[in-house]
Amino acid sequence: MRTFLSRYLFSTDHKTIGIQYFVLSVLAGFVGLALSVVMRIHLSYPEAKIRLFEILWPNGAPGGVMTPELYLALLTMHGTIMAFFLLTTVPLGGFGNYFLPIQIGAHDMALPRLNMLSFWTTFLSFLVLLAAFFVEGGAPLSGWTAYPPLSAAGPIAGPGQGTGQTLWIVSIAIFCLASLFGSINFITTTLEMRVKGMSLFRMPLTVWAWFITALISLFAFAVLMAAGILLLLDREAGTSFFLPTGLLINDRALPNQGGTPLLWQHLFWFFGHPEVYIAVLPGMGIVSTILANFARKPVFGYKPMVWAMLAIAGLGFIVWGHHMFISGMNPYSSLAFSVLTLTIGVPSAIKTFNWLGTLWGGRIQLTTAMLFSLGFVSVFVTGGLTGIILGQPSLDIYFHDTYFVVGHFHMIMGVASVFAMFAATFYWFPRMFGRMLNEKLGRVHFYITFLGVYGIFIPMHFAGLAGNPRRYADFTQFEFLQDLTILHKFSSHCAFTTAAVQLLFLANLIYSYRRGPLAKDNPWNATTLEWLNKTPDAVHCGAYEYSVPGDTKDFRMQHEEAR
Amino acid sequence: MLLALFIGIVTLVTTAGVVTRRFWLPAGINQHAAAFDSWLGIVIAILGIAFLGAQIALAWVIWRHRDRGQRAVYWDGSPKFEVFSIAIVTVLFLGASVGGARLWTGVHMSDQPAALRIEVLAKQFAWNFRYAGPDGRFGRTKLDLRNDATGNPFGIDDTDPVAADDVSNAALRVPAGQLIELRLNAQDVIHSFFVRELRLKQDAVPGMEIPLRFIAAKPGTYEIACAELCGLGHHQMRSVLIVLPPAEFTAWLAQSKNP
Repeated sequence: MRTFLSRYLFSTDHKTIGIQYFVLSVLAGFVGLALSVVMRIHLSYPEAKIRLFEILWPNGAPGGVMTPELYLALLTMHGTIMAFFLLTTVPLGGFGNYFLPIQIGAHDMALPRLNMLSFWTTFLSFLVLLAAFFVEGGAPLSGWTAYPPLSAAGPIAGPGQGTGQTLWIVSIAIFCLASLFGSINFITTTLEMRVKGMSLFRMPLTVWAWFITALISLFAFAVLMAAGILLLLDREAGTSFFLPTGLLINDRALPNQGGTPLLWQHLFWFFGHPEVYIAVLPGMGIVSTILANFARKPVFGYKPMVWAMLAIAGLGFIVWGHHMFISGMNPYSSLAFSVLTLTIGVPSAIKTFNWLGTLWGGRIQLTTAMLFSLGFVSVFVTGGLTGIILGQPSLDIYFHDTYFVVGHFHMIMGVASVFAMFAATFYWFPRMFGRMLNEKLGRVHFYITFLGVYGIFIPMHFAGLAGNPRRYADFTQFEFLQDLTILHKFSSHCAFTTAAVQLLFLANLIYSYRRGPLAKDNPWNATTLEWLNKTPDAVHCGAYEYSVPGDTKDFRMQHEEAR
Repeated sequence: MLLALFIGIVTLVTTAGVVTRRFWLPAGINQHAAAFDSWLGIVIAILGIAFLGAQIALAWVIWRHRDRGQRAVYWDGSPKFEVFSIAIVTVLFLGASVGGARLWTGVHMSDQPAALRIEVLAKQFAWNFRYAGPDGRFGRTKLDLRNDATGNPFGIDDTDPVAADDVSNAALRVPAGQLIELRLNAQDVIHSFFVRELRLKQDAVPGMEIPLRFIAAKPGTYEIACAELCGLGHHQMRSVLIVLPPAEFTAWLAQSKNP
């Protein structure tokens, strides 16, 4: 019993913790996915009586028809679960934990017990979040951004704004703590534990990405945690950080004085914008590695790739105002935030060019991992370019909080990151579990998902062009929205199909874990150290020495000496 | 190779959607909307070219360099290429930022005197609009007088003589062709004032009074939507902007005067 607990549950081994994060997040991802399917059913068929809804939420869907408050609760939970418990945890906590140490030739993370603590703190945070579904009033309806006064005023502002909202804030604060533990660990490990010869500019781009992501996490989550505590004080201790004078909510006057709702937005987006990069930077590292491997070429512009990631991380902290162009903030500052925001497009574009450069002249092998990486590049371009529209206050004045934004951030933050996760799963599964994932199932999964995500999110852009506001529980109350129902129906049906295909991925994981063909030691003929099943004494070259002229084989592992 | 084909398909379908404009912005009703549409057109054209270029390049590379048993070239970068692409992208993106700035300053930084000021009070889940009446001054309001049932959502204090000619209404009526200044406020949570045909959106925030100026040139009725999540009735927080010929507007205001 003791060995079982210490080996599988309270393990301090980075590989076990990585898998724990991975399993928790896959679980969370499927919960978030299921919520989105339920939302899309309701949006497309707002009046349909659905027995399942009534069974699941007797109060929220009386007679099987979803109430607006239930829809908004699902929306809040979908966003929170996906942003925090999938996009933040898998790339860094999951793959980062497993592979960062062994890619730099370390035997474990620098602080193994802190590592265990950070996983279990994350787990606790997830339980607290889910508990919000089961308390009186249900989950909060203020969205994953939780803007006060809606989130600060308590149950008078709406159902779910009582205990549900409190649990949400507590959960996020705990999550912040876990992320702080984790990021300290990643930073220390990267700086202190590298094997001899592993200079910074010999590190795989994945390690660079995790390292930079950890730096972002450290600064971003600290601020979110502070903000969360202030919000909690406003709710529970009668302070007025975010509550102004003269509030009259639901015919009740509030005694608060002197706060400002905009303060929350500044604090939240100071975290919230870097959060996008927390989600997507590890994906950039993974995709760079996989593109190089299956093109059998060095990464094109390794150093520019590193500098681009550092630039994105740095700029990411000074662009938060582009979420607030129409918030009532000083309009002059919008102009400054706009220039900074579009500047971020430069390193992002450089990365795209370098990915194309990596492929150019290669010998491209379309494994499932490669397909998802190429898919990543495609959706990254699509989702990134619309940012050039939203980054301008003059155009955002129309597009802000429309479905155009929903389409944009799902493409760039959601789909791109998730594609990178799929790519990483197919690439590293043999290292993690000793067996290969099924490539045929993988291909079917990829192709349907690729068409599916475009089918889901491109129509949303057009709904946004027509001015369709987001976070509407249904589209029946406005004349101009009637014309757009066909877009939403199409989008929903693509979502149902795409969601169903994800079960194929789950089946592939479970089947291959038990029955998949046994993996060879270095099945992809890769260069990086995780494929060497021991800790090397030293490394002698950079991370992407593929097809080196004069070598007999087309890859040179980092520990191999040049001839 | 299926992937190259699929990338081609989604790229072409998306482009077709942009070109045919089946789902697009509604016709604008003022000069700002016209300027907005032409700037948006330029930006979309540039982004469209970048989109087509990048996606087709990706599909082409996947096809061109597919595994046919060849040996990959050893090419790990080109500083010249990096500098060249940084320069082009910087010019393009910063150009976009600067190019759109005038549109923004036109909305938020004009110093022309407004012909008419209207107070906007947003609340869960309704819009209310107040006009100062012939005296051009808004009367005193009190929080505890606010009451929808008595038709006094603003809490106008009848003991103030200035308040006697104030008019409050649930629809926003404005005279065509005149510069209007809205003063936006919310009494409970954050809401957002959005009229598609004006190409304008502005949050209404408790504790703040935010100005928003526009000229509506074309008479007609246009929907006002709430664009900031404000609670369970967010999706039904609707009102209308009614643009009237100036004479009709004056007549309406006169007959709506409080007795």
